[in-house]
Amino acid sequence: MDRAKDILKKNTMLIALMIITIFFALLTGGTLLVPRNVTNLIAQNGYVVVLAVGMLMCILTGGNIDLSVGSVVALVGALAGTLVVNKGMNIWLAMAICLGVGILIGAWQGFWIAYIRIPAFIVTLAGMLLWRGVALIILGGLTISPFPENYLNIFNSYIPDVFGGNINIVSIIIGFLICVVYCVIQIINRLKLRRKGYSTEKPITTVIKTAVICIAIMVLSYTLARHEGIPAILILLGVVVLIYSYFTKKTVPGRYLYAVGGNEKAAKLSGINTNKVLFFAYVNMAFLSALAALMCVARFNSAAPTAGTNYEMDAIGSCYIGGASAYGGIGTVAGVVIGAIFMGVLNNGMSIMGIDSNVQKAVKGLVLLAAVAFDVLSKKRGKTA
Amino acid sequence: MPGYLLEMTNITKRFPGVIALDHVNLQVEEGEIHALVGENGAGKSTLMNILSGVYGYGSYEGKIIYQGEECKFSEIKDSERKGIVIIHQELALVPYMTIGENMFLGNEQGGKYRVDWEETYRKADQLLNTVGLRESSRTLIKDIGIGKQQLVEIAKALAKNVKLLILDEPTASLNEAEARKLLDLLLQLKEEGVTSIIISHKLNEISYVADKITILRDGATIETLDKNKDDISEERIISGMVGRKMVDRFPKREDTTIGEVNLEVKNWTVYHPLYAGRKVVDNVSLHVRKGEVVGIAGLMGAGRTELALSIFGKSYGLNISGSIFINGEEVKLNNSRQAIERKLAYISEDRKGNGLILSNPIRENITLAKMDKVSSHSVIDGNAEVIAASEFVEKLQTKCTSIEQPVGNLSGGNQQKVLVSKWMFADPDIMILDEPTRGIDVGAKYEIYCIINQLVSEGKSILMISSELPELIGMCDRIYIMNEGRIVGEVSKEEASQERIMGQILKTSKGV
Repeated sequence: MDRAKDILKKNTMLIALMIITIFFALLTGGTLLVPRNVTNLIAQNGYVVVLAVGMLMCILTGGNIDLSVGSVVALVGALAGTLVVNKGMNIWLAMAICLGVGILIGAWQGFWIAYIRIPAFIVTLAGMLLWRGVALIILGGLTISPFPENYLNIFNSYIPDVFGGNINIVSIIIGFLICVVYCVIQIINRLKLRRKGYSTEKPITTVIKTAVICIAIMVLSYTLARHEGIPAILILLGVVVLIYSYFTKKTVPGRYLYAVGGNEKAAKLSGINTNKVLFFAYVNMAFLSALAALMCVARFNSAAPTAGTNYEMDAIGSCYIGGASAYGGIGTVAGVVIGAIFMGVLNNGMSIMGIDSNVQKAVKGLVLLAAVAFDVLSKKRGKTA
Repeated sequence: MPGYLLEMTNITKRFPGVIALDHVNLQVEEGEIHALVGENGAGKSTLMNILSGVYGYGSYEGKIIYQGEECKFSEIKDSERKGIVIIHQELALVPYMTIGENMFLGNEQGGKYRVDWEETYRKADQLLNTVGLRESSRTLIKDIGIGKQQLVEIAKALAKNVKLLILDEPTASLNEAEARKLLDLLLQLKEEGVTSIIISHKLNEISYVADKITILRDGATIETLDKNKDDISEERIISGMVGRKMVDRFPKREDTTIGEVNLEVKNWTVYHPLYAGRKVVDNVSLHVRKGEVVGIAGLMGAGRTELALSIFGKSYGLNISGSIFINGEEVKLNNSRQAIERKLAYISEDRKGNGLILSNPIRENITLAKMDKVSSHSVIDGNAEVIAASEFVEKLQTKCTSIEQPVGNLSGGNQQKVLVSKWMFADPDIMILDEPTRGIDVGAKYEIYCIINQLVSEGKSILMISSELPELIGMCDRIYIMNEGRIVGEVSKEEASQERIMGQILKTSKGV
């Protein structure tokens, strides 16, 4: 019983995500989970995942948030539009310039936050106004479109099927390979720990965990295969999530992020350059904002002055729903991805049901509060028990 | 006996794992100035916190009888209503409010929905006049010095119709003239019928103002001396304060050979980071040899922690001057990273605030200060980290469910062991231990002492800061005595006694 409780407590948000998915699947008569809609869901929420991962780095450093995200998306989108559409620049060069500009914006904000020690809230609030203004200046208030086919293909295409037929066999094969790789990694890890004589979790737990994850991957790849196959954007997301997961879990700078957020004074006395860590978090955030901007202009096939409005709120919401601590030092990439999917399912589900968009906003606000309150309360109860 | 304004009888207060007060008695007569003395941790502040309701009724045992009736204060407001006002060592004034606003904070003049500012400032000016502070009550608190702020606190107490005024180390941060003024004010208030309890380390000040002196030691009342009946000389008070029996609480150190000078600090001066021109460490020179445990004794605020932090990569203070030699070679340590690379370690007195990351597991805390030992090219070798952490947990016998347990869930003693592990993991040659046994129980203390002995037997140097004199005397080969930022004496293990160290500190305190 205790073990079951423990598993429940550790995965509250995952369970909440399942419940809400089933809930909307029932209410929409299954429309939520049809292959076309799942593909759509990924395309719609890709940018949220990217931004939320970046936002997590900022929140980890001590509950600081970056409010300028949406405006940076607009600015970089405008830049991409100008370079690719108006100037007809080589798309790869244009994308590199856009990402570079993202890094520069991050360096500017990071400098004020980390070295001058102006609160992040203020610097990024200023950034929110500043970058939106620059975006409007670049666009002259107009929308740039359409983007060339070769640019759109990078983000909007699917992994082609070599076999033909109704079902995209390649997608299923890829899904299967991912499962195999995952299983092999699990087994190697287990053997390694065993050899060194460390206690491992019970075999049954590992088997169940691995099975659940593999089934999830297979169901997803099968569903996608029934539509057009694995979207290119999913691969990009997968790469981003893997890189940042690895970075936060397995690298020294990643560890420093948690240390600074957990106790900045102790981190400093442990020889960590806390300024550098803070600086990095904001440079990285702006870099990922630029990446999200490139994804967004491809999805909408336009660079609009109002692009990116309220994106920062989606990213922040995903982090908190995903279990990041508002005081810093706690949170995982996996959790944040769950948070982002949660928000995505909520949006998408309500849209399919045809709920008025004003009502949608109100519901989202309440759900965000409820999700975090649920998390906080369940942890509190755990402590007193 | 009639005439007592306040009688506290058999007060016992327990904190988890410690008895802070053990059947303490205190009797204060109406219209007297009563001094409360004792070493750090003797229980003075705890006693006053009980009296003022900070620790509410029910959290302690014993009786408080004030003005002939038993009191059951559950919060500060209850005691203030009866005219008991406490002024803490850390002043509780809001810097960006005016003197007047501060004085009537929580006691606003006028109606419930309308503050009468004219009345506020009129009354405030009147009270400032009483305490002899020549400032307009519309001046902001941040614009006046600490001595004047102390007077504002007293004026604030008077605004609450104080009958019993409690001052916790009121002169600790004042200069001589300011302290003198404050003490004279207390004498003046006494004439007007205000009773005071004053906590102080400056014995000359106490003999100047106090009518009676109660001595606390290790949470128990030792004696009460009456100015008119007893000898209240400083020697008499000191022997009361420190006269405890020495028990064998310290492990024997196997003969370790004391070698070359490992760390030498010369003419070290550090200024306060906020108050320009205030020297926190004043021309300090010291050295530590290999295999030697050197102590630094001193009262709170003597500048010991600041000295240690400033040596450890300039982690405290401004305009630091002086030189540091490690193994005879002069080094410049500009940040904690450089200090760690030079094989220095600083184990903070404040393990929760400055030492550990409570939300992180034991494993991550232990390796944090020297990540390159368990990583290559910035990629952490998870297995190596687990091995290292397990090794230290075992070596120091840290009690925990696993190395993945968040440090915040451990007991104080085990947290301290994790903190020591963390710095042992960094492979230092010189370890500065700041209050290494604060707030942990006797058993854990003994274990920490054993670890210290183990370290010096490996040829490491230990610089130990402690407020517990028996601990310093029991553990150190040599003890520096620090007071008000300066080294005011040095005693060897053989010459060290509590009387001698305490006497040296008190003699050099700038009193009246």
